[in-house]
Amino acid sequence: MDPSRKRRIRLVVALSAAVILAGALAYTSFSASSAAVSPSRLLASADTGHSYQLTGKVVDGSISRHGDATLFRVRDRNGSASVPVRYVGAVPDPFRDGREVIVTVRKRGATFVGEKDSLVTKCPSKFTDKPTSKT
Amino acid sequence: MATVGQACLILALLTCVYGIVASLYGARAGRRDWVDSGRRAVYALAFLAIVSFAILVSAFLRSDFHYEVVATHSSTTTPAFYRAAAAWSSQEGSLLLWVLLLSLWSSVVLFLVRRHLRDVAPYATAVLLGFGAFFTGLLVFAATPFKTMAVAPPEGTGLDPLLRHPSMMIHPPMLYSGYTLWAIPFAFAVGALIVRRVDADWIRATRRFALAAWCFLGIGILLGARWSYAELGWGGYWAWDPVENASLLPWLTGTAFIHSVMVQEKRGMLKVWNVSLVLATGTLAVLGTFLVRSGILDSIHAFGASTLGAPFVILIGLMIAGGIYLVVSRRALLASEHKLDSLLSRESAFLGNNLVLVGLAFVVFWGTFFPLISEAVTGTKAAVGPPWFNRYTVPLALVLVLLSGIGPVIAWRRATWANARRNLLAPTAAALAVLAALLAFGVTKSATSLAMFVFAAFTVAVVVQEFARGVAARRAMAREGPLRALVSLVQRNRRRYGGYTVHLGMAVLFVGVAASTAFQHARDVRLTPGTTATVGGYQVKYVRATARPVYRGERLERVALGAVLDVRKDGRHVTTLRTERGYYPSAAPFASGSLIRGIFDGDATSEVGMKAGLTRDLWTAIQPDPEYLNKVIDATAAKTAGKPPAQQAQAVGRLLSVYRQGAFPAQFRIISSPLVSWIWLGGIIVFAGGLIALWPAPDAARRRVTAGYAARVARELGRA
Amino acid sequence: MDFLAPVIVIVVLGVVVWLVSGPLRAGATVVEDADAARREDLEAAKEAKYREIRDAELDFRTGKLSEADWRALDRELRAEAMELLRRLDALG
Repeated sequence: MDPSRKRRIRLVVALSAAVILAGALAYTSFSASSAAVSPSRLLASADTGHSYQLTGKVVDGSISRHGDATLFRVRDRNGSASVPVRYVGAVPDPFRDGREVIVTVRKRGATFVGEKDSLVTKCPSKFTDKPTSKT
Repeated sequence: MATVGQACLILALLTCVYGIVASLYGARAGRRDWVDSGRRAVYALAFLAIVSFAILVSAFLRSDFHYEVVATHSSTTTPAFYRAAAAWSSQEGSLLLWVLLLSLWSSVVLFLVRRHLRDVAPYATAVLLGFGAFFTGLLVFAATPFKTMAVAPPEGTGLDPLLRHPSMMIHPPMLYSGYTLWAIPFAFAVGALIVRRVDADWIRATRRFALAAWCFLGIGILLGARWSYAELGWGGYWAWDPVENASLLPWLTGTAFIHSVMVQEKRGMLKVWNVSLVLATGTLAVLGTFLVRSGILDSIHAFGASTLGAPFVILIGLMIAGGIYLVVSRRALLASEHKLDSLLSRESAFLGNNLVLVGLAFVVFWGTFFPLISEAVTGTKAAVGPPWFNRYTVPLALVLVLLSGIGPVIAWRRATWANARRNLLAPTAAALAVLAALLAFGVTKSATSLAMFVFAAFTVAVVVQEFARGVAARRAMAREGPLRALVSLVQRNRRRYGGYTVHLGMAVLFVGVAASTAFQHARDVRLTPGTTATVGGYQVKYVRATARPVYRGERLERVALGAVLDVRKDGRHVTTLRTERGYYPSAAPFASGSLIRGIFDGDATSEVGMKAGLTRDLWTAIQPDPEYLNKVIDATAAKTAGKPPAQQAQAVGRLLSVYRQGAFPAQFRIISSPLVSWIWLGGIIVFAGGLIALWPAPDAARRRVTAGYAARVARELGRA
Repeated sequence: MDFLAPVIVIVVLGVVVWLVSGPLRAGATVVEDADAARREDLEAAKEAKYREIRDAELDFRTGKLSEADWRALDRELRAEAMELLRRLDALG
């Protein structure tokens, strides 16, 4: 076999291996991902057992504790539809009423149970363009 | 002064545009004076950036709330040290920092290579000034830091308390130095492609800056991890957050680049690969800046929606399209000068390392941008979590560590099996010994971390062996003592031994990561004073509650509620941990009519209690139980609302003493994590290795001068 | 303050113009000296080649290259270095 042919074969093998690996990567990412959904979407359709990435704002006055768990409601960014969330573990520092949060949840009966350590609070926007309207 | 700052920015934009025109004209017409003038435009840009940055920082230090950015990002209660850092916590300030660092580093580089690469340099200058024009353009038209208000508010909003950590002083400048330094090899690669001079010259000229970029970016990433670990209340150092990933991407491709350029320097191979890598790295560095600034991906760092998305997308699009055009149109020139001689050679080891690194970069890229990809494909934004990342990155990292051990002992071109066997024998034996020891001690909980320990031991053994053999060879050649031989060996071969040191540091770092991930004990527990929790064999007792106000000057900076914890193992006292949660009053604490509301409705942040050790870190953070706390706060607020400030301040004092004595429950996160310190230690070793490799060799310039003198001396002594 | 700002801006502008126009004020048009540029690059290439020769020797001394391989490689590298020196000399 002449060297250039050998090189070409090597290249083809390497490329197809890369394509297969990339394909596997892409495939698993779709099955392992959790869809980012708003509370209203979650209310409309949620399958028990499937995990969702819930984003929205913490409803004012909804935070309460129940033993080790924190209970709160998350509402749409611009709307009032809200879902109850039960989260076990320490909540991040900026967590409070009205903050924007992201939490990975699974449906358990009527409430949504948060995955451990999945609760993220968005930085209180110190980086916004608009000046905060606080006086 | 704000007018001066604004004028400087406009001037800077004009300077960039002038410099681009002058450089391009000079290059086309072969006019050296115009090229020099274009280069000086970069110096002028640096000067203007320094002036405007100084104006901004001084406004922050003086707490001049006429400036809008100062009023929204700082306050008089922010410590002076952090007021300077607050300058770059704002979007405007951070863009200015970008321009400042870009212009400073570009000036240094263009000054150093002013006599080299005369055909390439003007185009590189134009590219660098192009970046400068883009960012100053943003500062002038979209996000000016010098916007003022006619009436200054009495107090600013304050720097986010989360950012009040020493590493926040150095983390952003380091990261941005890394990002901007990557622009330099990028610019020179573009220049080299434009003038069709694609030999190793541009690589030689910019190698040191690529290395510096790699080093700074790495330190920046590590400092960010350190900040997350020591300041955020979750006790981890890496979360595969989009912004973390964004900084990791150029670092990964950059690591690949600084390895594969050696193949081009020595063998004239992999030219297409190298230019593609550096173009990708430069683009990813800008993409990193963009991700932080745009908020297109949900992240803890996504700093609100921003208007800067569109210009960045255009810039990145231009960089990608331009890069692809240049590589494709020059592909004939980029043909390899040699072929791979043998699969057992340093070249193929580097090729392997490159494939792994680029594979890692691809995984990280895919996972980071998956929300956008999935939105395009399925219509819903979906994200992948850390387990998905770990599934791919862990095996790739294992291969990488193993390769970092194998690579150094294999010769260029054609290594012989006999030599390779001889060189790998001792390290393999060492790795097997470590494996046996680990199995004997029952460290079998996690197969991947076991593999990591063994591979890291192998790599460490290789590096030690390399140093020992080098010293032996040096002693044989120069008859020096062992220590002297080591110093001169490293001095004469900085790149090689600097590189080995980096490998050593990475091995140590990965051991830290593997151990602290697999053997960590973490618990979230609810304790009242007097009760005890057990975490990983340690008995942690909540001894007593603490509560204190913290003043800065006359003003209340924060109220800190905390705990003293006593840690014992088998009844023996290990350490005492103190952790607090700081409540920072909002800018106008009396706005709601109640001081106590103003305090507890503001920002809050954990002060982590930590006992760090070489073998184990004990880490804890407190969160006073909001249910009980809120009751007391509500009661106090109701009682004191509308009362005079002095009375309200007294009420706060009473509340603190109630908290101290009231046996309130609190939520604790307690973590016992082995070898976390090895991560930081490994980072320091990596940094030291980088410095060794970076340090200018004593040869070159100086020798040229002394050679002239030596010849003259020889001549005059009549011995020539 | 108000009258100071324009003064500072003018001073800054002056510094920038002075700095940038330096090479242009130098007088007669300087045409690119191709030889000097070439020499700098050849010097750099020579340094790199020397480093490679030293590197190969260290590889041999630390047992990564067999003696025969090293001798062959060394010969080759030295020939390339000599070629660089010849080109440097040709520039005069």
